[in-house]
Amino acid sequence: MSLQKLMEEHIKSLREFANTFFKNKFGVIGVAILSVFIFMAIFAPQISPYNPMDVKSIGVGKPFSPPAWIKIFNKDIPDDSVFGIMGTDELGRDIFSQIIYGSRISLIVGFAASFTAVFIGTIIGLIAGYYGGIIDEVLMRFADILLIIPGLPLMIVLAAILGPSIRNIILVIGITSWPSIARIIRSQVLTVKEMKFVEFARAAGCGDNYIIFKHILPNVMPLVYVNAAINIANAILIEAGLSFLGLGDPNNISWGMMLFFAEQYQALLRLAWWYIFPPGICILLVVLSFIFIGHALDEILNPRLRLRR
Amino acid sequence: MPHVVVISMVDEVLKVINLKKYFTLRRGLLTSLIKREPPKVKAVDGVSFNVKRGEIFGLAGESGCGKTTTGRCILRLIEPTSGKIIFDGKDITNLSQGELKPLRKDMQIIFQDPYESLNPRMRVRDIIAEPLRIQRICKSRREEEEMVMKMLEEVELTPPEEFMNRLPHELSGGQRQRVAVARAFILKPKLIVADEPVSMLDISIRSEVLNVMLRERDTYGTSIIFITHDLSLARHICERIAIMYLGKIIEMGDVETILQEPKHPYTQALTAAVPIPDPDHKREIIPIKGEVPSALNPPSGCRFHPRCPYAKDTCGKIEPETITLEDGRLIACHLYTGK
Amino acid sequence: MPLLQVKNLKTYYQTARGYVKAVDGVNFQIEEGEVFGLAGESGCGKTTVALSIIRLLPPGGRIIDGKIIFNDKNILTMSEEDIRKIRWKKIAIVFQGAMNALNPVIKVGDQIVEAITTHENVSKEDAWKRTEKLFEMVGIDPSRAKDYPHEFSGGMKQRVMIAMALACNPQLLIADEPATALDVIVQAQILKLMRELQRKMNLSMMLITHDLSIIAETCNKVAIMYAGKIVEYADTKRIFRDPQHPYTRGLINAFPSIRGPKRKLISIPGTPPDLLNPPSGCRFHPRCPYTNDKCKKIEPELKDIGERHYVACHMSW
Repeated sequence: MSLQKLMEEHIKSLREFANTFFKNKFGVIGVAILSVFIFMAIFAPQISPYNPMDVKSIGVGKPFSPPAWIKIFNKDIPDDSVFGIMGTDELGRDIFSQIIYGSRISLIVGFAASFTAVFIGTIIGLIAGYYGGIIDEVLMRFADILLIIPGLPLMIVLAAILGPSIRNIILVIGITSWPSIARIIRSQVLTVKEMKFVEFARAAGCGDNYIIFKHILPNVMPLVYVNAAINIANAILIEAGLSFLGLGDPNNISWGMMLFFAEQYQALLRLAWWYIFPPGICILLVVLSFIFIGHALDEILNPRLRLRR
Repeated sequence: MPHVVVISMVDEVLKVINLKKYFTLRRGLLTSLIKREPPKVKAVDGVSFNVKRGEIFGLAGESGCGKTTTGRCILRLIEPTSGKIIFDGKDITNLSQGELKPLRKDMQIIFQDPYESLNPRMRVRDIIAEPLRIQRICKSRREEEEMVMKMLEEVELTPPEEFMNRLPHELSGGQRQRVAVARAFILKPKLIVADEPVSMLDISIRSEVLNVMLRERDTYGTSIIFITHDLSLARHICERIAIMYLGKIIEMGDVETILQEPKHPYTQALTAAVPIPDPDHKREIIPIKGEVPSALNPPSGCRFHPRCPYAKDTCGKIEPETITLEDGRLIACHLYTGK
Repeated sequence: MPLLQVKNLKTYYQTARGYVKAVDGVNFQIEEGEVFGLAGESGCGKTTVALSIIRLLPPGGRIIDGKIIFNDKNILTMSEEDIRKIRWKKIAIVFQGAMNALNPVIKVGDQIVEAITTHENVSKEDAWKRTEKLFEMVGIDPSRAKDYPHEFSGGMKQRVMIAMALACNPQLLIADEPATALDVIVQAQILKLMRELQRKMNLSMMLITHDLSIIAETCNKVAIMYAGKIVEYADTKRIFRDPQHPYTRGLINAFPSIRGPKRKLISIPGTPPDLLNPPSGCRFHPRCPYTNDKCKKIEPELKDIGERHYVACHMSW
């Protein structure tokens, strides 16, 4: 069967698409986890019991207080040494509130950085694949160079130069992760542009822009979606990594930064597990949710994977 | 180069003069350092013919003979290496794509594969209306819709309302090909290149699509270049035919003359090899052996000589020129040049 | 006693949307030394018939009912081990585009030798000698057995595949569109070769094709399939001279010929049915010009109308 026919089989109305998507176990789990975090991020001020940066809460909770429910297991701990659902940090701030606000940063950075990377990657992939020749050669060699340079050190250097702010982190992640997307998009463009409907459009007198946006882009979009989802997971991990190394934006609490401070104030030595586990698990869950969604999209949109089942 | 405006013979819509298309093979960096001249595939090598107004002109031959490349060169979908293409009295060989755009209204193409020729993400109405939109023919959406509906009716996709909003995957192979026919004819072009338009369809559907195409041709007086490997089909569709072998036309003329009394040894072999749907028919012996050699290193002299049962010394040395025989056919063979 | 008898064969494919009735009650037989043609358009089930005979159905395919009797034994009740002994040794098959099935990194001759030694208890030297003989038989210089597949042209590769199919002297050769992907001249050469070999070896052959002209040239008998059923089955000459079923007539009318009078090509309206939900009654009725109420309700049986000319149609011709 031709690629064309396979592609056509997967074009469905949104409703049909949703139906298939929600039949996919991974897809459902992914969306379920993600919606919890999105809810958290949107309604952070309403949900969180305290201001996450509020040191005044020292009055209520001492630094490094374990969560209140620990008393179920150990009744000997005095009431004023425990605090809230997740305890407090080195300054006695409420960790639960920090986790809730942290989801905002993770998701914003994830979406924005991935959007940047996918946007640049798609444009470059389209141009390189469609025009070919010397343009392709130059763009792809540039992409190769970025791919060869070890990612994390480059990002550390860039983040250090640009200074710590959310915007810079988004930029750094976006700039460093477009090449792999551009490569994937380019290879698909190479296939689509050889198809006869593209040649007909040319025979009818269409210009390059028209052909790229009307005929080629819609046929590479499924690939863009899949890559966007997986890239968000990647971006969130990188943000956490950079923040953990102390390159995050100190004005905004993020999960990575919580881990950074936990490490700085020797939470491990103090056995303050309530300080380490919540951000770690949150990062894991959000990343996992995007990977699940990406996997589900890939299975639905990528004919070869579907045939294998 | 200045554009040569040729005053046309009114009855010719297309004139192709000595058209050549060489493809340069891409080589690795190392080989390109050792050898200077990159290898060239002479896909089309000096082809001349003309197409009359309203005529169906067949371009036939085995795979790799250059028939598709010729068709694409004529429409300037690929750039010819040399030669001249005179379309409707105007030399279009060196026009820029921008200058060509208004002329594209008058020349269209139909492809072989109905699954690859329609954009899977566009609806039938948009697919058929695309040429209208690009050429900015319609003043309103209503006008455009009416034209699309009329076209759907003409290709017998009725009722048109039912087919307008379908996506290609909701159509059968034959229906898709009719959409392709509708799309090609909607601008009432003067010339259509039909590249094996039915060879991927089942027999029972094939003639339906062909008949739709022929009726459209009759309505608009369009000339068609019918590219095919199927000589039986060519016989039923075309008025004149050119037989190609390794980038050259070796015999050309009235379709019945050429196919019933072939003179060129290759045409003779080709027509003899066509199976006939009649169990009483005694098959003629095919005099030639072997397969078509590579166009990368075509034989010297007459390209057919290594396989030709009548080859003489001259055939390997001198390329036969094309001559006109008494019955009006053109032939390139030393059996008839007298050399 | 015929070499192969297919009785009421039903092969369905299971899909997400239900059963595709690819072959639905097919009967025919092949005598020794006979060339039997199975003709029909794409999706009519002709390849599925072939795959059912050698029991190599793709995933999802199941033989629901019927008998395939080969040399007095029912292939369908055989163990997998027994069928393996028959496959290729007794019944060989050449597929469409089989030439692309050659392994590109192994010498052509070695591929045939390997095939022979896995099926028969012979030494490598003997197998190599036989390979060279086979090459000669299919018209290739035996010294070329040492070449790799890419050094062969398409027609030559198809010859190699035929040689491989004939390596164990099979009784029945199934050829599924053996020359379809090839150019006319090469196609004619391959068909000629197959006819010659068939005569020389007194092979029984089953030729599957969509091209009626190839059937006309090659086969003694022909069955026309439509939507999983045989609609007409007779001697080749009879079918072409006196076609009875409207579908057969339609097909013959739709076929252009390079010889004989030039005529307008007539098509069959409509498209072949979806075999998930085939039409009731006669499966051809939605496209048939002579349809009446009976055709819509009752399925016609394949009846002998004289001289072993079988037709499945309600019209009394």
